[in-house]
Amino acid sequence: MALRGNLRDFTITQLLNLINLAHKTGALVVEGPSQTARVAFREGKLAYAQVDQEESSLATVLHKAKRLNLGQYRSIQQRTAHISDKELGLLLINAGYLSQDDILLNLQQYYSDIVQRLFTWVEGFFHFDIDFLPPDERICVRMDLENLIIEGSRQLREWEQLQDEIPSLDMSLKFTDRPGANLRNINLNVEEWRVVSYINPRNTIRQIASTTKMNDLEIRRIVYGLLQAGLIEITRSENAAPQVPTVRIFPTEDKEEQKSLVNRLINRIRSL
Amino acid sequence: MQTVKMVVTGPFNAGKTEFIRSVSEIDVVSTERKISSVAERKMKEATTVAMDFGRITVDDDLVLYLFGTPGQRRFDFMWEILSEGMLGFIVMVDSSRPETFREARSILETFHAYAPTPYVVAANKQDMKDAWEIEDMRHVLRLDSSVKLLSCVAHDRSSVKAILLELLYSILAKMENGE
Repeated sequence: MALRGNLRDFTITQLLNLINLAHKTGALVVEGPSQTARVAFREGKLAYAQVDQEESSLATVLHKAKRLNLGQYRSIQQRTAHISDKELGLLLINAGYLSQDDILLNLQQYYSDIVQRLFTWVEGFFHFDIDFLPPDERICVRMDLENLIIEGSRQLREWEQLQDEIPSLDMSLKFTDRPGANLRNINLNVEEWRVVSYINPRNTIRQIASTTKMNDLEIRRIVYGLLQAGLIEITRSENAAPQVPTVRIFPTEDKEEQKSLVNRLINRIRSL
Repeated sequence: MQTVKMVVTGPFNAGKTEFIRSVSEIDVVSTERKISSVAERKMKEATTVAMDFGRITVDDDLVLYLFGTPGQRRFDFMWEILSEGMLGFIVMVDSSRPETFREARSILETFHAYAPTPYVVAANKQDMKDAWEIEDMRHVLRLDSSVKLLSCVAHDRSSVKAILLELLYSILAKMENGE
């Protein structure tokens, strides 16, 4: 079944988390604005990654990691162009250039760098391809996703903190009743002034964002700053409906009667 | 006459009105209005702006009311009012529109904050080819295994009955645990 969507709705962190928790095998294909990445997983572990037709042979990876100098790199390319990475790896190990751990660590670093790059992709589409297999000639790794997820989460943290501080954009703002506060003595930038000019219990934060053409993150950042400075406070919109008195859940206080009532409901629904 | 109520909530176009319509013995009293937003109009012609209202008569002395909330955030001032005194609530999620999952999670949290009553999550439109698998949805919606996440097809009465029953079982279990 479909595991596809838009990066605007799902972050890479969320997708990796899903793959990790569900122990998925297959490839996450992410189509960014200018590139497409394929990241393969085996049972929820990172196995392989590539971006478009970017050169990702073992020789290139080791050269970029400065484990092979330019002469060695060219020599390998000329002499071993026809052999697979697995064979090249064995040759390097047998010749005493590198250990198996060196090779795997460098590949892990290369693949995780690709995944880290994906965290910066906020536009594009993704789908999970269960039939994708890494090319035979490449070496796969087996890498836990937790650390990658943690790194991605750090990038998301600011956004989430702001969401926690300002959970709803449908609330309004008002200036705090502080006799000493004087806006003229406070240094605000142009964007902050634009927001300040619309602060009124009749305007929701969302309306202010819309009018000032700010996205959710931008308006939250500014509102958070103003809140922290003690200049404003969040208030219920004056346009919202008044609260009604609390209503009882059950028409009776008796616990046994309440259970009987629920059982009657169950029987009725069953008979529908 | 005694009355109890349940609330059916979820993002825009999740299938709340359809859900209530499938089991209500009266024509759903719907407060749908023609959609003004171009983006939303592409999805459906009319939407619920205040609430949907369905009824199931249990016996001579008891009636269950089903209230459907408006899906769009701009009407969320209605949510708290509708959640007053609810026996439990159902969060409808359109399984084929992953872009609404985050909103669904947020709605769930909001309603749970209004009233810590039992709830179930209905993964609606499971009959559609683009529907996500239930367990994938559980991960993305961050629902732990104790939360009932149930397959649903809102226009199928038996499916809707199953959801309502699961919610009632949860309510009964909570009462029996003395919570």
